[in-house]
Amino acid sequence: MTDETKKKVEDKILGLVTEYVGKKRFKPIDIVKEMEKEFASEGLTKDDIKGALKDLMDEEKLVYGYAGGSFLTVPENK
Amino acid sequence: MGKKHQTPLLDELKKGKWISFVREMERAAEKSERTEDLLGQVEESYRDKVNHWKHGGMAGVRGYGAGMVGRFSEYPDKYPGIKECHSMRIIPSAGFFYNSDFLRKLADISEKHAGGLLNFHGATGNIQILGMSQAEAEDVFQAVAELGFDLGGSGSDLRTPSCCAGQARCEFANYDTMKICRHLTEEYLDELHRPAFNYKFKFKFSGCSNDCVASAARSDLAFIGTWKDKIKINQDEVKNYAKKFNVQKYVLDKCPTKCMWFESENLVIDDENCVKCMHCINELPKALKPGDERGCSILIGAKAPLVTGPRMGMMLVPFYDVNEDAKNDYEWIKSLISNMWEFWDEYGVSRERIGELIGRVGLNTFLEGIGLEPIPEMVEHPRSNPFIKFTEDEEE
Repeated sequence: MTDETKKKVEDKILGLVTEYVGKKRFKPIDIVKEMEKEFASEGLTKDDIKGALKDLMDEEKLVYGYAGGSFLTVPENK
Repeated sequence: MGKKHQTPLLDELKKGKWISFVREMERAAEKSERTEDLLGQVEESYRDKVNHWKHGGMAGVRGYGAGMVGRFSEYPDKYPGIKECHSMRIIPSAGFFYNSDFLRKLADISEKHAGGLLNFHGATGNIQILGMSQAEAEDVFQAVAELGFDLGGSGSDLRTPSCCAGQARCEFANYDTMKICRHLTEEYLDELHRPAFNYKFKFKFSGCSNDCVASAARSDLAFIGTWKDKIKINQDEVKNYAKKFNVQKYVLDKCPTKCMWFESENLVIDDENCVKCMHCINELPKALKPGDERGCSILIGAKAPLVTGPRMGMMLVPFYDVNEDAKNDYEWIKSLISNMWEFWDEYGVSRERIGELIGRVGLNTFLEGIGLEPIPEMVEHPRSNPFIKFTEDEEE
């Protein structure tokens, strides 16, 4: 995966989670499946998408929330 | 100084002959108002026969999605000290070995930031610091990190792997439980700290089927030491034992498969029928030893009662040459684990353990999904029929 594609995937993930804050709780696998569909033409693997998710976590652009189960969300201060 | 809260029911628990957690909590409460309040609420829980915690809520440290368990008191006005009473899970050393310096420092951290209470290795296998607020969590985490320790698992992630003391302390250990436990813990730190699974997943490593860490009952993937060849017999020692107690009654008659008997004064074992239960070896440790061809069996799918009831692990890999795989950094088992998680990710539903998934889709489908050939030894418990019906060709 090129840096450019990775940036596109990260932006897409961040946009999706932000759009649905308070409406839908995404588990990581939900995101992976969504991105697989979204970027099907670019031949992304699950590991690519999981790698992008991991980077978003490391950069604290996404965090885990918990409500009977874990889900991805944006940090409260954002 | 008088008690802040009267605890007549808890006081009863101090009267037995065993060490009481109540006494320890009271000692901690002498220095901590928080623990005084905790005693008060626990008393109420005993009285009402229901706990008064509000489960869940956000508790954690930066960059981690797991490692803390949030607990909030149902009565924050009555027990202000435990308005927030979170637990922090810390990965233990493999085999649970510590030096006294570490224990003193950890106790100091707990006294400074929490209620002075520590839980050493409950069912989760973690060290737990009990009773801190979210505001203190980051400080506690930094202090623990300075001691060289990291947060354990919680929520829908890989839970902290745990193992028995293995070859460090036990002559029965068939493989180095601590080595594989440590290796896989470090390998999967990301899975441990970020809850990306459908539900929890646990590894446990036991050196033999005495199973001191209860892996067969309490872990999704249990590694239980075993051997392939014959039990080694020292006939002189057998005779010595026979002089001391009734070997026939207490050992041979209790063998689950009755695979051993005396011929004149010599002990004979039909190893083909031995199910490696360890009973005879436990009773006659000087006379009997596991064979030389050692490794472990891998069981899958055990879990405690939540959601669909308890399950014991079922046999997935009868003999895994863990000692050989160790030379390759456990590549074989890591590849199998990766395939399992992939399948569980794809087909599991939320809050479904991997054992429940296998029960739902069938073992055939699961094996096909993870790329493992079915064999007749894949059974629910020893000497039962295999899950899979084999044709005559396949049996050959």
